[in-house]
Amino acid sequence: MSTLATFFRQPLVVALILIVALLFLGESLSPGFASADQILRLLIVASLLGIVAAGQNVVILGGREGIDLSVGGVVSLSAIIAGNVMNGADGGILPAVIACLAAGAFFGLLNGLGVTLLRIPPLVMTLGMLGVLQGLLVVIRNGIPSGRAAPGLSAFVTQPLVLGIPGIIWLWVAIGLFMAFMLGRTVFGHRIYAIGSNEHAAYMAGVPVRLMRIGLFMISGMFAAIAGLCLLGYSGSSFANVGEQYMLSSIIAVVFGGTSLAGGRGGYTGTMAGALLLVILQGILTTVNIDESGRQMVFGATLLLLMLFYGRGRAMRA
Amino acid sequence: MTSTATDIRSSGAGGLRSWLERYPFLPALVIVVALLALNGIFSPNSLSFRSITGLFSTYIALIMLAIAQTYVVSAGDIDLSAGATLSLVNVAIVVLMERWGGGAGAVLLALALGMVVGLACGLINGIVVAALRLQAIVATFATSIFFTGLALYVMPVAGTPAPALFWRTYGGRLLGLPFVFYVLAALAVLLFLMSRTRIVKELLAVGDDQQAAYQTGLPVVAIRIKGYLLCGVFSGLAAFCLTGDTASGDPLVGGKMTLYSVAAVVLGGSALAGGWTTVVGSLFGALTIGLVNSLVFFIGTPSEWQNFVQGLAILMVLMAGVLAGRRARA
Repeated sequence: MSTLATFFRQPLVVALILIVALLFLGESLSPGFASADQILRLLIVASLLGIVAAGQNVVILGGREGIDLSVGGVVSLSAIIAGNVMNGADGGILPAVIACLAAGAFFGLLNGLGVTLLRIPPLVMTLGMLGVLQGLLVVIRNGIPSGRAAPGLSAFVTQPLVLGIPGIIWLWVAIGLFMAFMLGRTVFGHRIYAIGSNEHAAYMAGVPVRLMRIGLFMISGMFAAIAGLCLLGYSGSSFANVGEQYMLSSIIAVVFGGTSLAGGRGGYTGTMAGALLLVILQGILTTVNIDESGRQMVFGATLLLLMLFYGRGRAMRA
Repeated sequence: MTSTATDIRSSGAGGLRSWLERYPFLPALVIVVALLALNGIFSPNSLSFRSITGLFSTYIALIMLAIAQTYVVSAGDIDLSAGATLSLVNVAIVVLMERWGGGAGAVLLALALGMVVGLACGLINGIVVAALRLQAIVATFATSIFFTGLALYVMPVAGTPAPALFWRTYGGRLLGLPFVFYVLAALAVLLFLMSRTRIVKELLAVGDDQQAAYQTGLPVVAIRIKGYLLCGVFSGLAAFCLTGDTASGDPLVGGKMTLYSVAAVVLGGSALAGGWTTVVGSLFGALTIGLVNSLVFFIGTPSEWQNFVQGLAILMVLMAGVLAGRRARA
């Protein structure tokens, strides 16, 4: 009985149960919501969020109030860069990928340097970086046309690739496997948990804490960049601040996946379920016929309700 | 000889440190004065009485919101719904004033009810974060979505004007002085009175070490809820000022201000981790944001580069604020 109770308290299990429940709810509210086509569409949207959340996840796991508010800015920037580099030609996809990853890594590096060398709290550092990125977006937008996605990229994101499933979902699965391997089987992964749960102990044990932390922010920047590139493929062309929505929703996906914001505890598999959960919830709210105000109220209240299912803080004890 | 030099240096540093301890907002004040001077150099007109009045009437809403944020940050919490609370109070008072005819009684009653709305938002946040023990960042983000939904329900599209009586009073003069200075004076008195109360010390005690505060017998949950209530009150006041300045209702007006309020708190020299904050610093922090924005304009930055230079400058002062604050606390 107690093992059963523990099983049902695992965040991943909670998220999966909620996902199934929401799919049933969606289907009953609007028949066809849980059809194969619709689920594929939801999965595509969820994979975009999930990829951003992968980077957010490692930064949060690394502890010391780790958080990356600049991911939204990097997503938008990457979408613009990608659109301009490829400009509708398939031959430009590879250079675009390289350019986006470089940009993501660069801003991640700046975040990491600020957090480690100057010891600026991550929230402040990445908030400031978000402002810089938003300013940069304005500059770029004024200077050059927004660019278009290459047909190959659009097909990768929106058209079936293998077994009738679009490439981006396969990419997301691959990222999921990669993250599970990295966090569970590699020294680097174990060190993330080590610095996240007790930075000082990890340092004493010889973990290069600063380098690790810089690396985590660079990973976050690069995942956000990949998501920006895919987002361009999804929407065809980029527009101002496409990435803004990912800033806080990526954090919520991580929390719904059972990763503690205090760091050192959690994993990416849960985060994937968390991202899916969030996207399905939004999907239901867009299908039901209520106006924007009602939609937002229900969304906010549901988020709060769902949070109650996950680890609440401990009560104060003497 | 070396020892004397060290002595002098250490006593100098110690003197500075004790000054910083007593007046933690000093670094922020220095930044504000420097920015004012720079503004004055690049555009002498910007130091005129008119321009300063304009600066205050534009940024007093952000000042209030930054102060609101400071009280929750004191206890180690954060409120990402402060901007949404401001929006909700803004649309609520505009709609109520209009519905009740826009007379003096209607305006006062609407303001009183607006304050109740602000308090209710603070209470909800306090219960969700302190009593239900959800993580402040994500929980207040969720409540911000809820409050925004409510604001959209009250006023689906921006543009309902506030009654003339309200914004004429706010934008006008009283005994020859612009009304906004009376608001500032009232704010100063309010902050002074607040600093004499227990609640600020209690918030700081909780933010410094929650466990220790609990063990010394402080009602930690109640104190954190009070912090959010204060945040609600000042977010409401911010909404009053904003409504006076824009003279209309907009259900999304506060959304962008939330992160600025957090930035202003840090710029002011407070520690986001809690336990060490300064409301006066947050006031200067909000002014810093305003002055950076105008300076970027005055030095002749091409319009498309302005946001970028502003972002960069604010990142720089954010870093400086954190480093200076840390030195003061060390």
